[in-house]
Amino acid sequence: MSPSQLSSSDFGDSPRISGGSRLLESFHLDVPLLVALLTLAGIGLIVMYSAGSQDGGLILRQILRLLLGFLVMFGIAQIHPTTLSLWAPWIFGAGLLMLVAVLLLGEVGKGAQRWLNLGLFSFQPSEIMKIALPMMIASFLADSVLPPRRLRLLMCSLILVVPTLLVAKQPDLGTALLIAASGIFALFLAGLRWKLIIFLVASVSACIPFIWNALHDYQRQRVLTFLNPENDPLGAGYHIIQSTIAIGSGGVYGKGWLNGTQSHLDFLPERSTDFIFAVFSEEFGFIGVILLLSIYLFITARGLLIASQAQDTFTRLLAGSLTLTFFIYIFINMGMVSGLVPVVGVPLPLVSYGGTSLVTIMAGFGILMSIKTNRKLVGH
Amino acid sequence: MAQFENFTFKDHLRESLLFNRRLAILVGFVIILTLLLLGRLLQLQILNYDHYTTLSEKNRVNIVPIPPTRGLIYDRNGILLAQNIPTFMLEVVTEHVENVDAMLAQLKQLVNLSDRDIKRFKRQDRRKRDFESIPLRYRLTEDEVARLSVNQFRLPGVHIKAELARHYPLGNLTSHVAGYVGRISEKDLRRMKNFSQYRASSHIGKVGIEKSYEELLHGKIGLQRVESNAQGRIINVLERTLPVPGKTLYLNIDVNLQAVAEKAFGEDNGAVVALDPNNGAVLTMASIPTYDPNQFIHGLESEEFKKLSKSPRRPLFNRALRGQYPPGSTLKPLIGLAGLELDEVYAYNPIACKGWYTIEDDIDQRKYRDWKRGGHGKTNLIDAIAESCDIYFYDLSYRLGIDRIFQYLSAFGLGKKTGIDIEGELVGIIPSKDWKMKTYHELWYPGETLINGIGQGYTLSTPLQLASFTATLSQYGKHFKPRILKSTQDPKTMVLQQIEPQAYPDVHKISKKNWDTIINSMKKVVHGVKGTGRSISYGLKYKMAGKTGTSQVFGIKEGERYDERKIAKKLRDHALFIAFAPADNPKIAVAVIVENGGGGGTTAAPIARKIIDYYLLGEVDEPKPVI
Repeated sequence: MSPSQLSSSDFGDSPRISGGSRLLESFHLDVPLLVALLTLAGIGLIVMYSAGSQDGGLILRQILRLLLGFLVMFGIAQIHPTTLSLWAPWIFGAGLLMLVAVLLLGEVGKGAQRWLNLGLFSFQPSEIMKIALPMMIASFLADSVLPPRRLRLLMCSLILVVPTLLVAKQPDLGTALLIAASGIFALFLAGLRWKLIIFLVASVSACIPFIWNALHDYQRQRVLTFLNPENDPLGAGYHIIQSTIAIGSGGVYGKGWLNGTQSHLDFLPERSTDFIFAVFSEEFGFIGVILLLSIYLFITARGLLIASQAQDTFTRLLAGSLTLTFFIYIFINMGMVSGLVPVVGVPLPLVSYGGTSLVTIMAGFGILMSIKTNRKLVGH
Repeated sequence: MAQFENFTFKDHLRESLLFNRRLAILVGFVIILTLLLLGRLLQLQILNYDHYTTLSEKNRVNIVPIPPTRGLIYDRNGILLAQNIPTFMLEVVTEHVENVDAMLAQLKQLVNLSDRDIKRFKRQDRRKRDFESIPLRYRLTEDEVARLSVNQFRLPGVHIKAELARHYPLGNLTSHVAGYVGRISEKDLRRMKNFSQYRASSHIGKVGIEKSYEELLHGKIGLQRVESNAQGRIINVLERTLPVPGKTLYLNIDVNLQAVAEKAFGEDNGAVVALDPNNGAVLTMASIPTYDPNQFIHGLESEEFKKLSKSPRRPLFNRALRGQYPPGSTLKPLIGLAGLELDEVYAYNPIACKGWYTIEDDIDQRKYRDWKRGGHGKTNLIDAIAESCDIYFYDLSYRLGIDRIFQYLSAFGLGKKTGIDIEGELVGIIPSKDWKMKTYHELWYPGETLINGIGQGYTLSTPLQLASFTATLSQYGKHFKPRILKSTQDPKTMVLQQIEPQAYPDVHKISKKNWDTIINSMKKVVHGVKGTGRSISYGLKYKMAGKTGTSQVFGIKEGERYDERKIAKKLRDHALFIAFAPADNPKIAVAVIVENGGGGGTTAAPIARKIIDYYLLGEVDEPKPVI
């Protein structure tokens, strides 16, 4: 009995499968994951109603986006992992081309060049990279023996660094971070040697003073503001100060739904998007936070279980990387809103208002479900 | 090597184990990050909950002060002197304005904006709190309010605010009594004791009753706890303590009487104070010329203010309180009274007045002249007062000596503050030997006694002091503190509180006979055939006691004659007249001074008669000149 099989029942994969679940599974859907995601979406809508000042139109638009997200998940779940592996280089190549195109002729929005206008609609190629990069690395590593050898490592680091730099240059630090994280997780899971890891960490640490000097003044200012927001209470520090006040004043039980003063009196900036966690914490308190975090952890655990039960290198690496990146999303978002990490624009998955990242995240879950449901049954 | 790698067989079990080991490490990583997050949230929501709750409350709840309504001011008959009327002002919250200069340019097309308005606005903008609104223009006209309202949607951050502003419906008439309020200046703030009471107020009493009774008029500030959003907009009122409005003041002033007095001056400058001798009530206190107090409420342009303060007629100068004039012959009744009491003279013992007087042991034998060339002939005290014989009083003063004169004049409140309940009165001068030594470090010369004995020389007094001693004289020494405030009223309960008259100790013990003598002589001033004030006696329906006075503005050399026609108006003598009536049962005591008016009997006395006529009879009898 492998350790992964031991833990299977802990995350809702009950041996007794009901008729409905069997039907859903035949559509390549993982029931516990689906239920958790739907619960999350429901919580998201409830918080959104409060954060968006009871704006029904906003809720409707978010429901439509969620529907689109779940539809994308459903669609991708039907694709066999082998197909995904075959498509990986093509998707990655196309994503890379589009990133270059964005830099050359992309549209500027909110001070950054992220969007590519395709006539009918515009979209962010960097979002595709969040899926395409782990797919590419996973499929590339799956071809060979693990742990990867020198040439393959060199190739992998190129696959990782080029899109990350292209996205960072837009500049979109949050997305670049998530893309890099997905690649690094895949490499780590593939068994990157410790000696190399230690060497990389050490050399990056040694570079920090040089990086600091190379930063623009405003970038340095941003880091300093994170370290001490009170230095600039009305400027950049304002967001962090107000969101920590919101979270802290929520206490154990919260101020109650629709009763958050920090959010309803406009003290919280970006409260239906990146800072929605502050609204949630203010209104539902520590108990609510524990509940929300539990759902996220459940989803993470479920994803890691799927990864550990996957039967080949490609699916293992991909599932692991996607799940851990999902967790990083949550950590960075909650961390920045509570003042634990600097402010980078990362939404809270399925709860923050906004469509583009939602679709990518749901696509990721579609892949996870495909991986889960396309397992060949192996005897014990 | 690289090629060889491709041919290596995959060891699935080994790779699976490697993967799961790495996955386990990452699970640990996830757990560590989760614990970090939980720790942070625990710190925020449980350990520092109180701290953040306080901060959140501070964000949410503001204390907004509510200004109290200023008390109204009425005259003794209930005529409104000071009220509060709604006015509109233009305010801007610059945080809501994208481009302040563009906004100003846009506003300029809708309302009148002076460079001074803009300068003051920009100055205040630099040192304000966030989202505080700053006044840009006061006193918008109705047209301007209409134009702004129509264009409001195009002007974010600009709004019209209604507030109560002080207004003096009678304008000039009461300027020297009621005074005015003005914007609180930094000087006011430094002087202020109860700063917290003014947090919501923009104005404070600057002069007159408005200043003297600031505490009663101001009222008590109200407070409300409000919930406001990040932009400072009030969302909800949580708790409210209403302000207590200021007290309504009723003054002793009779505005109609004041109007009669001011009108009587015509083009002349001067002052009138009329008192009720029975209690010290100030019936009229006028200083002419006057000014419009309403122009001070929202601040004057500095040029306008310069024009007012530099005007040769000095309208801002309150002559009744602060004008110090030589009292001239109006002092004679008091000197006479001193002479009688100290047995230096007898009422009916005459002296010979040949038109000049010399001090016996004066080596130079300097001649002190009478105002009347050739003199008054044989003159007793009564005639000397009625005809204002200077020679008689030179003689009497010389006998009394300056220190005894000082003693008597001081007893009637001259040379001291009257204690009137309005700020700013001056004390004048009643000289003595000590005073001269202290002031000039010189000895007193006997000749100075003569000059000061007829109210010239060093002697100075204010019209208010003259009226006050006249009142005391009329009451046989009963001496009241002049009071402008009659009563106060609580605007809520309507409970009226009368201000009791305040008496000073009576003036010495003087025999009734001597009082009668002096008062009789003063009646003869008006009713006597040779009285200096006889010109006003025609058709007089009551008995009046008075005394004329003339005070020199510049000295006339010995041997030179004062000729009114040859002298420029501003160098002419001041005309004075004091009076009380009815002589036997005095109801009003008046002091009039007409600057450069010439003779007291011809210019000042008619004004006094008009006032007393109106007060006693309710009409003004135009006196016809005696031929």
